[in-house]
Amino acid sequence: MPVERGLDVQAVRSEFPALAQAVHGKPLVYLDNAATSQKPRAVLDALSHYYRADNANVHRGIHELSRRATDAYEGARAKVAAWVGADDPQELVWTRGTTEAINLVATAWGLDNLTEGDEILISVLEHHSNIVPWQLLARRTGAEVRYLELDEEGRLVLDDLERLVTDRTKLVSISHVSNALGTINPVSQIAEAGRAVGARILIDGAQGAVHTKVDVTDLDVDFYAFSGHKMCGPTGIGALWARRELLEEMAPYQGGGEMIHLVGRDESTWADVPHKFEAGTPNIAGAIGFGAAVDFLSEIGMDAIAAHERALVRYALERFDAIEGVRVFGPRSLDERSAVVSFSMDDAHPHDISTILDAEGVAVRAGHHCAQLVMKHFGVPATARASFYLYNTTEEVDRLVDGLERVRSIFA
Amino acid sequence: METPKLNSLYQQLILEHYKSPRNKGDLEDRTIEVHMANPVCGDEIRLQLRIEDDTIESAKFMGQGCSISQAAVSIMTTLLEGRSLSDAEDLADSFTSVMHGDQDAARDKALGDLRALQGVSKFPVRVKCALLGFDALREALRQHDEERDN
Repeated sequence: MPVERGLDVQAVRSEFPALAQAVHGKPLVYLDNAATSQKPRAVLDALSHYYRADNANVHRGIHELSRRATDAYEGARAKVAAWVGADDPQELVWTRGTTEAINLVATAWGLDNLTEGDEILISVLEHHSNIVPWQLLARRTGAEVRYLELDEEGRLVLDDLERLVTDRTKLVSISHVSNALGTINPVSQIAEAGRAVGARILIDGAQGAVHTKVDVTDLDVDFYAFSGHKMCGPTGIGALWARRELLEEMAPYQGGGEMIHLVGRDESTWADVPHKFEAGTPNIAGAIGFGAAVDFLSEIGMDAIAAHERALVRYALERFDAIEGVRVFGPRSLDERSAVVSFSMDDAHPHDISTILDAEGVAVRAGHHCAQLVMKHFGVPATARASFYLYNTTEEVDRLVDGLERVRSIFA
Repeated sequence: METPKLNSLYQQLILEHYKSPRNKGDLEDRTIEVHMANPVCGDEIRLQLRIEDDTIESAKFMGQGCSISQAAVSIMTTLLEGRSLSDAEDLADSFTSVMHGDQDAARDKALGDLRALQGVSKFPVRVKCALLGFDALREALRQHDEERDN
C-alpha cells in the first residue's frame, strides 16, 4: 500500500505528455478538467498495447488473442467495480459514459417501473444528462419530474426534502458533485430520505468518482453512473454500477450480439448480467484504458489527490477574492466544494474571459456547462469555470489570476 | 498556426460599442422581429426592423452576450437605416465573407465600422458570435419576403 503523503505534483505532471506543451507561445495551463481530464502515459500505453498486441474481439474466439483481450477487458471491469466499492464485478455494466448509463436506467428500468402519477425527484443543480432522460421518461409514462431547489450558495435546499419525497416518488436521481459549481451534495442523506419511501436511488457520479473515494455500499444507493474520461481514462467509456437484483429484473437496453443467450425466430433469451446490457462489440480498448486509469489513480492515492485539490481550491478562492469585480458561484466552505471554481467578472462576458485566457495559454470553460437551470437560478447566461485536477499547481492558479488581470485591463 | 493577437480582436471601437450599444431598445413601429440565439454559449439577440417599400427604415435590437456578438449587432444596426433590402443582403454576404477570411471582401467600403471586426476571423471559435446579428438579419429578410408573398 502506498504511504499516505503529499502528492509530488511535478512527478505527476511528468506522466501526462499533453501537459508539456506551449499554447499560443505560452506553457499550457489546463484548467478544463471538469470537461475532460488529460491522460497519463499508463493509459495511453494500455490503449496502444491492446491494439498493437492483443487486438481481438472478446467472449468469442477460442484463440490466444481473444483470450488475452477478454482477460484484459474483464480484468478492467473488476478494477473499475472495485473503484466504486462494488463487491461483485458483474454488477458493473460498461456504457459510453455517464449519459448512456443514465439513459440505460431510464429506459431499461424506468419504462417498466413508472406509471402515471409517479414522481421522479431530481434537482435544479443537475447536468442536462440527469434532467432530459427523466423528462423523456416522464413523457412516455405520465410520471412527473420534481426538483430540489438551490440556495444562494448553490447548495440543495434539504428543508424541502420531506415535502418533495412522497409515497409517489419512485426514483431519486442526484449528482454526487455538481459540474457547474463544484457543490458536493449530501447524497447519503438524500438517499436515506428516498429509501424511506421505497424509491430507487441513482447517483450521477460523473464528477464524483473523479475526486473522492466512492463506496456504493456505504452510500446505500441503487445505481451509480460515471465516466472514464474525466478521471484520466479514454473518452467513450463509462459505467453503470447497479444492484445485482435490479439488473437481473431489468429488461435489456439494446438488442444485438453479446447480450443474448439463445435466439429463436420469435423470441430470444438473454445473457447473464452485465452482458445482457452490452449489445454489440464493446469499447474493449476503452474499458482496458479505464482500468489503467483506475490503477494509476490508486497508485497515487485518492486521499493525496483530494488534499492536493483542496489546497488548490483554497488558494484559488483566496486569490479570486482579491480581484475586483469577480463573483464566485457555489459554496464558500471547502467541505462542500469540489475542485471547480465557477465565476463571472463585471463587464467581461465569460466568452471574452475565455478567449483572453486562451491567448495566455490558460484553458478554461465558458458557457452554461450543460446546466441551464443553474445559470437561471443565478440569473446569468453563462459563467467561466476553472476546474482543477491532480496535476495542477499553485503557479498555474497564479497564471489564471494574471490572465484575469489582463481581462480587467481590456474591459475596465 | 500563427498566434493571433488579442488587440486585433478587442479593438477600441468594438469595446466601445459593447459598453455603449447603439439602437438598443424596443422599436415600437416594427414590422418584423426575429429572435436568434446561440444555444451553445447563451448569446442572444432580438432584432427589430421597420421595413417599408423594400427599404429598412429603422433597426433596433435587444440582446445579451459577449462583446463580439453585441458590438457586431450594434454596428450592424447603424448601417441598416435607409438601406434597401438587397443592399442589406449584400452587406450580410460581404461581412460573412470577411469572417470566413476573405481578404478582398474586407476592402468593401460599404462595411464601414464592421471592418473593425476583421480580426475576429483569426479566432475561428468566435466567428459565430460576430455573425449572430447577421443571422438574425437574414432570417428577418426571409420572413419579410415570405409575408409579402402571402
